[in-house]
Amino acid sequence: MHPAFSVIIFTTSSGAGYGLLALLGFLGMFGLLPTSQTFGAVALGLAFVLITGGLLTSTLHLGHPERAWRAFSQWRSSWLSREGVLAVATYVPMVIFAIGWVILGEPAQFWSWFGLAAAVLAVATVAATAMIYASLVTIPNWATKWTLPVYLALAVMTGALWLAVVLCAFGYSSDLVGNVAIIAVIVAGLLKRLYWQSIDTAVVVSTAESATGLGHLGAVRVLEQPTTSATYVMREMGYRIARKHSDRLRRITLGVGFLVPLILLAAASAVENPLISGLLIFLAALAGSLGVITERWLFFAEAKHVSMLYH
Amino acid sequence: MTSLPAQTPDRQLGLVIDLDICVGCHACAVNCKEWNSGGHSAPMTDWNAYGGETDSEGQDEGAWGVWFNRINAYEAGDGTASQTVYFPRSCLHCADAKCVTVCPTGASYKRSSDGIVLVDADLCIGCKLCSWACPYGAREYDATDKVMKKCTLCVDRIYNDNVPEAERIPACVSTCPVGARHYGDLGDPNSEISLLVAARGGYDLMPEMGYRPTNKYLPPRPRQVAEVVDLNPSPAANDGTTAGAGNNLLAWVDAMLSR
Repeated sequence: MHPAFSVIIFTTSSGAGYGLLALLGFLGMFGLLPTSQTFGAVALGLAFVLITGGLLTSTLHLGHPERAWRAFSQWRSSWLSREGVLAVATYVPMVIFAIGWVILGEPAQFWSWFGLAAAVLAVATVAATAMIYASLVTIPNWATKWTLPVYLALAVMTGALWLAVVLCAFGYSSDLVGNVAIIAVIVAGLLKRLYWQSIDTAVVVSTAESATGLGHLGAVRVLEQPTTSATYVMREMGYRIARKHSDRLRRITLGVGFLVPLILLAAASAVENPLISGLLIFLAALAGSLGVITERWLFFAEAKHVSMLYH
Repeated sequence: MTSLPAQTPDRQLGLVIDLDICVGCHACAVNCKEWNSGGHSAPMTDWNAYGGETDSEGQDEGAWGVWFNRINAYEAGDGTASQTVYFPRSCLHCADAKCVTVCPTGASYKRSSDGIVLVDADLCIGCKLCSWACPYGAREYDATDKVMKKCTLCVDRIYNDNVPEAERIPACVSTCPVGARHYGDLGDPNSEISLLVAARGGYDLMPEMGYRPTNKYLPPRPRQVAEVVDLNPSPAANDGTTAGAGNNLLAWVDAMLSR
């Protein structure tokens, strides 16, 4: 599949934002975060910017962004519509939670329920995004049981990394968030490995023979394409990445996205100097995010669409 | 509403393509383009029609545009047993059309009256997800109108009172010079077209996808096994009394006439 810039930025940026929001809501509920109003403003503000920036970027790939509001109507059948509904619904408890925390200075008790609601909706939004891809049987690399857990794990991972950065910037040291980040990086890395393993060993179901129904005559190959130049379908679905490039990018994803953050986080917890450990955590978040962008690019570039069997 | 009709449509209008007969002339695709350039989903935009536009690597982009019907050619089997099969492809108006259910706006819909799958261009946001959901590559994005377009089964023709009754069939069917395209109600097991499918062993493309396409394809008939004629016999086999192309030609004519 052609890797569209806007979709890659949207899913990675909003994913990190929703992951951050979910952690703020869940951890805030149990009083595990600083209650400072400025900390709340910056942390929730960062989540807001990541989510909103991503959502606005996603409208760039639409032919008619001015009609985007119509996408809220078909939630009964469409995961894309559900994603839109959930994304907007998340803003409601998020804003109320922000009012309670940032303006009234009371993140606990009453207001924390809105934080929890925002967290649940944030997770549901990321799940809906993943299901858009996981429900497409036409793209076997996406219609796997690992697609949904990988999206969720990567959102929590990037969210936790950036939460650790914000905590550091305010001079808080939180072993809990550091540990959550380390566990999230390990879990996400393992899930991604399992995803790659599953797509590499998947049984090929659709073939040129089943696509044409001519298998009883023998192996089917293309003699003539329908046109001299590529059609829309060939341009959109026909993106191919060389095996050696995808192998290299997988290694880059594993290294930059998971291994480097893991080492930097471990080093940060061992270093006494708060400035140095803060810098290490910031670099860990940066590496993790770059790794996830590479991962998302590969998610598209490696995916083959069955319609290309006709070409 | 992008949910599929709750009940099986009363009629399931569709096409049957006879792969035994199709000669790959592209007339159906051309007449499709011609009719639909003034039809429900008009225009059928073209880009770089006269060449000259280059891509990022300096290569000519090639002329391309929106077509609802495309003709591939495949080769199946090996050696003398191999066969060339011309293969027209268009929307199959599936019973379980997931291109419809994934649509977030309600622009894509399947009609409950006749099963035709259509796009309402005024509701389409151009997200392209329906084209991702189609296993058959039947949907095409119009980058100028910025909406998705697709085969309408000539909905603006088959019900059109201004068109002579005999011509109220899809443009591709009306123009096929060899009668390789059939149109009718595939939901009625006793319709002429359903009987044809039953008689010829018509089949679904990519049945494993579970989309239950309405359109069917009729397989090429088994080939007549002809004696292999050696058009270029070696001098040893040739008794040497006559030589040259004329002799080969006569041998071929003889072989053809005695088939």
